[in-house]
Amino acid sequence: MSASDWIELSVAMLILIGTIFNFISAIGFIRLPDVYNRAHALAKSTTLGVLFALLGAFFFFLFLEGYFSIKLFLGIFFVFLTSPVSSHMICRSAYRAQVPLADISVRDDLEEPIKAPSRSI
Amino acid sequence: MSKQVLINLFIGFLWMFLQDDWSVLTFAVGYLFGLLVLFILRRFFNDKFYIFTINAIINLTLIFMYELFVSAILVMRKILARRIDIKPGIIAMETSLESDLEVTLLALLVTLTPGSVVMEVSEDNNILYTHIMDIPELSFAVNKSKVRFEKAIKKVTRP
Repeated sequence: MSASDWIELSVAMLILIGTIFNFISAIGFIRLPDVYNRAHALAKSTTLGVLFALLGAFFFFLFLEGYFSIKLFLGIFFVFLTSPVSSHMICRSAYRAQVPLADISVRDDLEEPIKAPSRSI
Repeated sequence: MSKQVLINLFIGFLWMFLQDDWSVLTFAVGYLFGLLVLFILRRFFNDKFYIFTINAIINLTLIFMYELFVSAILVMRKILARRIDIKPGIIAMETSLESDLEVTLLALLVTLTPGSVVMEVSEDNNILYTHIMDIPELSFAVNKSKVRFEKAIKKVTRP
């Protein structure tokens, strides 16, 4: 196999790994019990999946087309910047709208401070 | 830090003008020369040499990447287990960071590491209420990575 074949293979592997991460996070999104746990699956593995897929695209353009695409890095950067904010806001507003935790939950430290008359949060 | 970067850029341009050669390469050489000058003069600035700050930022990124992979594998094991056997819950984590920037950065990093989502920050910036996916197994790991993040963040933001 020539060099470009190997590069193509490794790019395909990177994109495949990214897709697997996204697939697993979709499975988690279906299987996990409540909105808070689903936010975990949705926000995290998806960022990893996007990271790998965009890295694969970056290497493809860099080695096979000879084109250094800074846009793909900006894409990774902004996904990492915005996805935790969105999952934080979803969880926060769900808790404030009194969506109950799943029955298997064992601990809730937020219950008292959010009900206290002099709210500190 | 911004003052040092400005001085460094100024030295780079000055070098380019003195050489009378308008190319990126000459500018880069001048910039490196400016780094050397700033390194020699570093005692005379109030804050530390800015390359150290950039080094701390790179260090924080590496720690973050490591934590991201380790905890991603933990969470995936939980998701793919035959029976979902988790004990989720919300715990209060104390933080020793103070300014808004530091707490925002910590909340961002803790939220990005799988298994933990910051749900609320108390008004005095001291407590992060964090939803953790599996308390018996993950709360220790989340606390440990929080301590590492705090140390790395302090190196970036404090002189």
